[in-house]
Amino acid sequence: MTGFKPRDWNSHAPYIAPGYKSTLLRGPTKPLVAIKPGLSEGTGPVFARAVVRDLDWDLTKNGCVNGAPIGERIVVHGRVMDGDGRPVPNTVIEVWQANASGRYVHKVDQHNAPLDPNFRGSGRCMSDENGNYVFYTIKPGAYPWGNHFNAWRPNHIHLSLFGPGFATRLVTQMYFPGDPLLDLDPIFLGTPDEDARNRLVAKFLIDKTEEGFALGYQFDIVLRGRFATPMED
Amino acid sequence: MSYGETPSQTVGPYFAYGLTPVQYGYDFTDLANFVVAGPDAKGEHIRVMGQVFDGDGVLVSDAMIEIWQADEAGQYSSEPVSMDNAGFRGLGRCGTGTDADNRFVFHTVKPGVVADAAAPFINVTVFMRGMLTHAFTRLYFSDESDANGTCAVLQSVPADRRDTLIAARNDTPTGPEYRFDIYMQGDRETVFFDV
Ligand SMILES: [Fe+3]
Repeated sequence: MTGFKPRDWNSHAPYIAPGYKSTLLRGPTKPLVAIKPGLSEGTGPVFARAVVRDLDWDLTKNGCVNGAPIGERIVVHGRVMDGDGRPVPNTVIEVWQANASGRYVHKVDQHNAPLDPNFRGSGRCMSDENGNYVFYTIKPGAYPWGNHFNAWRPNHIHLSLFGPGFATRLVTQMYFPGDPLLDLDPIFLGTPDEDARNRLVAKFLIDKTEEGFALGYQFDIVLRGRFATPMED
Repeated sequence: MSYGETPSQTVGPYFAYGLTPVQYGYDFTDLANFVVAGPDAKGEHIRVMGQVFDGDGVLVSDAMIEIWQADEAGQYSSEPVSMDNAGFRGLGRCGTGTDADNRFVFHTVKPGVVADAAAPFINVTVFMRGMLTHAFTRLYFSDESDANGTCAVLQSVPADRRDTLIAARNDTPTGPEYRFDIYMQGDRETVFFDV
């Protein structure tokens, strides 16, 4: 049977993170009941490669109507792995984000920055047999939100993964290096451990940058590990 | 060499056009939706539905619920999730923003008992704005009280909170329906698991 190492709560935010006001009424307050992961947590959905269609991994093209989207083209490379550095192959990564001006296509986004007729901002890719993935997009803009006076979300891309089992499910956000809003953002700061939250910041890499086309970033994703053999600690 | 886990972050308020695009009317395909078992799936066809409430008892209209379950024989699928909706898929995903009563509703079959469990159940995962990490819970069935009484996981839950995990069966003219409301906080706070 598949055994997962316990979730490392030091790497995650508490359910109630007072700086992020919505957590106050929405996070569970009673202690979680610990259960040993069994078949139901050790298994999870498997997807065929066909769920990723040709343009799904290229957000610079998959929403085009009458031209190309406005903004800075980027390419995001990364590796999905477990806590022992073993690759997590063939896992779908769903991505969504605001456009270059900080506006989401979502119907309830009231921010008065312009929509981009050629950018939807959602897509998906799949890690290969070595856990590597890549997608192209437009660098998202910062946007205001109602958490407190003059609250702005740093530039970020939302990512969602299943990994090998239901227990490894992860929804996260990728941030950009050097963003001055990071130190002010209650969602980023919700993870109390500084080393842990800095894992949410992608690295700019000139050698992943494509000459004349797109800036390159690397964002590796570490899911919970498995117990490999009883001998290995 | 060991690597620290990537922290979880909230799905935020704007997940719909990425994760549940078909349900919310966006021009993109989806990986999962309210159909967990299509018409060709074997077993007793049921609906699972509920609402999500915050600590003030206010209905949550921007939650996303995922479920993962065994088929009627108690087997978790290891085959790729079928993208046509005819057979058993095992995975469901539904936002609470499109139903007039902010319900999530899944069409599925009642799962069988899996090999390492004593009672049938469905894994339920809750995501929403205001949750930096998702929460896991389990749905058990009200018409399985004998089996529920022998389930080690259920028995490890404090007795006065066990009924937060039991979905109530209601036989309707359009088939059996199980109601599973999720309370994030308060006297009826749903039991969430550290799995
Ligand atoms: Fe966002």
